[in-house]
Amino acid sequence: MSGLPIGRDRVLVLEKRGHFSQSAALLVPVISIICALFGGSLFLLATGYDPVEIYVTMLSGAFGSAYGLSETVVKAIPLMLCGLAVSVAFRMQLWNIGAEGQLYMGAVAASWVALFHGEGSRLGVLALMFLAAAAAGGIWGLIPAIPRALFKVNETITTLMLNYVAILYSNYLVYGPWKDPKGMNFPLSAVFPEHATLPYFGDTRIHLGLVFGLIAAVMLYIILWHTRWGYEIRVIGESPVAARYAGMNIARNILLVMALSGGLAGLAGMAEVSGITQRLQPNLSPGYGYTAIIVAWLGRLNPFAITGVSFLLAGLLVGGYNMQMSGLPAATVSILQGAILFFILGGEILTKYHLRIRDARGIEVAE
Amino acid sequence: MTTPLVKMVSITKRFPGVTANKDIYFELRPGEIHALLGENGAGKSTLMNILTGLYMPDEGDIYIRGTKVKFSSPRGAIESGIGMVHQHFRLVPTFSVAENVIMGSGDHGFFVNMKSVEEKLARFSGEYGINVMPGSKIWQLSVGEQQRVEIVKMLYRGTNIMILDEPTAVLTPQESRELFATLRRMADMGKGIIVISHKIQEVLDNADRITVLRDGRYVDTFSGKDTDSRKLTMAMVDRDISFGQNLADKPKGNFILRLKGLTVLGDRGQKALKSLSLNLCKGEILGIAGVAGNGQKELAEVIAGLREVAAGDIEVRGERFTGKSARAMIDAGISLIPEDRLGTGLVGPLNIMENSILKNYRSGEVASGWFINWKRVREYAHRLVDKFDVKTTGVDAPVRMLSGGNLQKLLLAREITNDPDVIVAVYPVRGLDVGAIEFVRNILLRQRDTGKGILLISEELEELFMLSDRVAVIHEGEIMGILDREDFDLERVGRLMAGEREEGAYERAANR
Repeated sequence: MSGLPIGRDRVLVLEKRGHFSQSAALLVPVISIICALFGGSLFLLATGYDPVEIYVTMLSGAFGSAYGLSETVVKAIPLMLCGLAVSVAFRMQLWNIGAEGQLYMGAVAASWVALFHGEGSRLGVLALMFLAAAAAGGIWGLIPAIPRALFKVNETITTLMLNYVAILYSNYLVYGPWKDPKGMNFPLSAVFPEHATLPYFGDTRIHLGLVFGLIAAVMLYIILWHTRWGYEIRVIGESPVAARYAGMNIARNILLVMALSGGLAGLAGMAEVSGITQRLQPNLSPGYGYTAIIVAWLGRLNPFAITGVSFLLAGLLVGGYNMQMSGLPAATVSILQGAILFFILGGEILTKYHLRIRDARGIEVAE
Repeated sequence: MTTPLVKMVSITKRFPGVTANKDIYFELRPGEIHALLGENGAGKSTLMNILTGLYMPDEGDIYIRGTKVKFSSPRGAIESGIGMVHQHFRLVPTFSVAENVIMGSGDHGFFVNMKSVEEKLARFSGEYGINVMPGSKIWQLSVGEQQRVEIVKMLYRGTNIMILDEPTAVLTPQESRELFATLRRMADMGKGIIVISHKIQEVLDNADRITVLRDGRYVDTFSGKDTDSRKLTMAMVDRDISFGQNLADKPKGNFILRLKGLTVLGDRGQKALKSLSLNLCKGEILGIAGVAGNGQKELAEVIAGLREVAAGDIEVRGERFTGKSARAMIDAGISLIPEDRLGTGLVGPLNIMENSILKNYRSGEVASGWFINWKRVREYAHRLVDKFDVKTTGVDAPVRMLSGGNLQKLLLAREITNDPDVIVAVYPVRGLDVGAIEFVRNILLRQRDTGKGILLISEELEELFMLSDRVAVIHEGEIMGILDREDFDLERVGRLMAGEREEGAYERAANR
């Protein structure tokens, strides 16, 4: 019998649970986080920091003040939009790893509107930016979808590769043609005119993009569970064979879903340039498109759960910045964040399996 | 009296919600072929899984050659000389026979002495009459040959308590006879053979003793010589079975579906159907007999629009439908009852409501514009469940929780409620228990009587003879012959299934 040997004649094995355990589903993430914090604290102790102090800094940085809280929400917006974006694709077993690139293309398109067609009413300009970003992200999602639908070209690779194209294209624009002539040669575009920026809530940095995200979650929910199209998406995702049998057009749905997925990620790009940076610049995203993959899985591809999880992961990001300000090296912060995610995702397996100790030889002659 | 090889006493095994085995007694003597007979769900597999160490019994004792044992994993059972040939073979297709045989036997060091392996295989073929070519790759072998490799694998491991799970399900009548001859030789050498089966005639012909299980309980153990099929049937089902009578006149209706010289490629690019012609009339059941894997799957798929036509034509009600999409075929009134119920016919994780509208989710019956009206879907699903007596905890339950019989009922309910003209049923009763089989067969007969054309693909000749108005025999993608009801003959069909062509088969296929 296979398994991890633990002492004489004893092995540790993973056994599939007979049925999905509700209590395990609730308990496992909590235990995972405790384990993560404990594991992280060992590491912190080894590098000479007081773990309790560090954790308090992290927590209070993310959720303990009005400013921290608003920063968490600000970071949650792109995570939410990208998380929703990849979740629709994942539901159809399309592994869209390209939300990062789709975000950048959305940002580029929104910036193009803001910089070169920024005349007119604020509502008109913003609507135009919104549509341009959604279209650009959608097209960026559609490009890998076409070979996938027609020739079964693996979209994991193509979407990933297109990220580099999109990021470098955006860089080219800010280092080259779109560079602000008054910008002292910094690689930045000109600042957007005021009516090309998203309005804020009060005097926080939380912008209208939050509403985009929340509306997107509700819309996705309605599409998936109340429309014929969403029904097709769910059937195809669970069983492409059954979908074909039911006469559904899988190729068309691949194109539509990847366009929707890319469009949502593109909106995250618009929200970032219009709401936060108010110009196109390099390093627009610290990898929101990748973190979104974790958001989508932790939210079990459920639109509302994804919304919640995006706030938690945003808190982890903001708390990380706060720890850096209190003197912890950036690398240490990354290690801690990685450890926490590692434990949470690793703990996931325990909702489906449980650990058992078994006799290694597998036979006992009783008498 | 010799010590029994296996003695299982008062075995009880409970799973959440069901008692799969209750107080079961089973005994296997050296030198006997012992059949374990019962409907699906009677507890045969659970009992054998306990014997092979996969499950531990909640109560009861197991004695191997008189010694009480407790297996906490399959390894213990293997070491005690117990081996099982599963219905789905555990072989690596790209490995040779010899490589598959030594796999997992564990008595080799880093280097394998293939010479000694081959010598041992040659010895088996002398002793038991099992011929295998040690150098052939598994994928080159027929299903029957693969089964022989599985048996040799068990012999190589020193198995002397051999369990075979429905071993003849995939074999031709000829191959089945050879298999039992081999098993008999093995029994004569003192080994004990357990054959799990639900085929009464086969069990009567071949087994020394027969233990019958019903609803997880032990019924009785019969001696093969002193019993008959009626007694065994009564023991298995504890009720009389009446299949619907098939007394309808010969079909005189029009052709509803015509296949003209159809050539279709299989998954590996081979010609799965070779210029095949068939006509299906209104109000008839046309049975397709043949050993699984001779083009039946491709035949069903091409009619349902799920596989491309390489050459030839498909006509529905006289209209050309060649190369139409699956959706077009559904809209043309062609319904496929697929072999793979859970996965193709139904979507396991989705609930009964969602599965009940798989074919008509676009119709006004359950949708308004872009939106699905779940209230109407709920009513619709309730209608299907009530009409076909699907046993379920509710229409919100995922269909993967349903038993095989209830899955098939739900599937039939959905397909028939859509009122198709042609029903293509692929192995519609495979894996079902006697009660569900009767239900499914009666539905097919009733649909036939309402004037639908039914193409029934089955591997059970008895079933085909019972239900069909005509039987066509398929072999390697070709129709070897078509028999009218009055010509039904087991031997003749068996010969056709094995590939012996009858004169004029094509002419009759095309012209009838």
